[in-house]
Amino acid sequence: MKIAVLAKQVPDLVEGVEIDASGKAVDPTSIRYILSELDDHALEQALLLKERSQARVEVFSLETGEARETLFAALAKGADRVVMVQSGQESPPDNHTTAKLFASVLQGSAFELIFTGVRALDDLDGSLGGLLAGYLGLPYVGLVRKVELAGDQGKAIVEKEYPGGYAAELEVELPAVLGIQAAEQPPRYVPVSRLRQVMKTGNVEEQAASLPSAPPLEIERLYKPEEGKGATMLSGSPEEVARQIANILSERRLLR
Amino acid sequence: MGTMRPQITPEKTDPVFPEIAQIPELFRTCIQCGVCSGSCPMGEVMDFTPRKAAKMIADGRAEEVVSSNTPWLCVACHTCQVRCPSQLLIPDGLFPALRSAVMAEGKPMEQDLQKALQNTYLYGNPMGQSPRKRAEWTKTAGVPVPIISQIKRPVDVLWIVECYPSFEPRNQEISRKLARILNALGVDFAILGHEERCIGDCEWLAGERGLYEMLIERNIEILSKYRFKEIIVTDPHAYRTLLNAYPILGGAYKVKHFAPFLAERLGQLKPLFKKKLNATVTYHDSCCLGRKTGHYDEPRTLLQAIPGVKLAEMIQSRESSLCCGGGATTIYLDRFIQERAKDRLADRRVQQAVATKAEVLAVACPYEPSRFEDAVKVTGNEEKLVVRDIIELLAESMGLE
Repeated sequence: MKIAVLAKQVPDLVEGVEIDASGKAVDPTSIRYILSELDDHALEQALLLKERSQARVEVFSLETGEARETLFAALAKGADRVVMVQSGQESPPDNHTTAKLFASVLQGSAFELIFTGVRALDDLDGSLGGLLAGYLGLPYVGLVRKVELAGDQGKAIVEKEYPGGYAAELEVELPAVLGIQAAEQPPRYVPVSRLRQVMKTGNVEEQAASLPSAPPLEIERLYKPEEGKGATMLSGSPEEVARQIANILSERRLLR
Repeated sequence: MGTMRPQITPEKTDPVFPEIAQIPELFRTCIQCGVCSGSCPMGEVMDFTPRKAAKMIADGRAEEVVSSNTPWLCVACHTCQVRCPSQLLIPDGLFPALRSAVMAEGKPMEQDLQKALQNTYLYGNPMGQSPRKRAEWTKTAGVPVPIISQIKRPVDVLWIVECYPSFEPRNQEISRKLARILNALGVDFAILGHEERCIGDCEWLAGERGLYEMLIERNIEILSKYRFKEIIVTDPHAYRTLLNAYPILGGAYKVKHFAPFLAERLGQLKPLFKKKLNATVTYHDSCCLGRKTGHYDEPRTLLQAIPGVKLAEMIQSRESSLCCGGGATTIYLDRFIQERAKDRLADRRVQQAVATKAEVLAVACPYEPSRFEDAVKVTGNEEKLVVRDIIELLAESMGLE
């Protein structure tokens, strides 16, 4: 059993993001990159399967942002192989391009499962997992929160979330692409001493890939959320404010 | 009155980090007297008390201890360590070794703690704030708070503000008041601003040696860029690390916590007191300023100098002071501890303060305003007790609010 995990770099919102002078792109000098949160969950889910079923976990990242550190951290957590895909891109490309890049790298590599976070904060053109599955001609399940391997039957049982608190258990024929919503447990911690040791001794493989042509995505305007108008500020003692809130809720028929 | 200093030397708090395999050797002189277990404020809820844990590890039963609740219940108050007749490193050696073993095994950690460590790695502060915003609090200080990289000249005093006083709203207010006091005293000071990162203390106690060393290496590099005569810190945890661990790793500075620094300037401070406070105040010796570094008198000297302040002592004070229950990253383990202990140390401590009939619980550690204010509410003592940093009481009397 071989599992590929796609680890995407996204802007770190803690550090803040600025729009550049064109008004159509993020100012690259304002950004620091980190691993997309749900890709971290995808890696955790793969590592859990490795522990349960001796799966082999391989992690792929495009050479952008802090990808090298992300890959070292994946090795430190227990990944078997990490690969940096080099396509000459300085910042993360759109998802169609990313999906095509990963498809060219993964084609013919005999992975039974390909995991990616179901979404990332910089998704502008759909979800990476779905696009990749399309290019590879594989089944795709998104919003997955649990994965079990069904013996040697070439199948996986996955739990997928639906709106309204519902979930379904699905049987998926392998190979398949899964968009992970949450791993079965929070992503594990890597002690810094181990990370630093892996940075000295671990191996990040490099693999060149030519930038594919994908449907162009043209951004007309990129802007920060605009402040809404018409908010009512309540003031007074906590009791008075509570009474006002109760009145407003009752006026709007939101109280039973 | 002479200060009774616990026998803490740099050697004793050497950042050696005994991995669990070294514990039997390190604890060879343990006489199994049990003073540690009897002194431990969390001992009664630990699966294995420190005495028992040390013996079990020596007997090859480390795994049992690592998977028990023991590793995460030490609050690093250091009562055991200063009382230990064999002077063994209990919170500084045994517990970090246990915690690093938990981490090394990849066992799931409490999420609040994991987040705090990850944030410290990424941003240099446990709350996950942008380092660029470290000096935001100064904007409303009302006095200049220069950033050393911007003024481009040596200063007398480099003030290391630390994480809680830089980012937590309750503590930011205290930082602004200290800035005003320093300004009123005419101290030539500056801060590191966006270059400041966590000084390191709880990372070591949490068993995260790599993160601890990374922070110290980086901070020494930053500090080497600037010229200053001495460092003052707002946080006693940072104080003890700068005092004991930095010199061993190549960063020897003259360093003071703000309370001793201000107590030295009492002659200058006294004429600046304008308002009589008319309050009975009880002072909480924080573990790092008290037991770990022996500064029992200076905070009291400052409080007694404030016109109208009457000092009352709690049943556990000075060397036997009761910890607020937030040390060694247990500040991120409140839920874990609450599920196991019948009460919180902060609640117990606030009840001791109320028993003195004091109206004010004075503190000098940035963990404490929020911990004790919460405990005052939880124990239903809002009418009886307020929590004030010594800085706030000084500023109030000096009319610097």
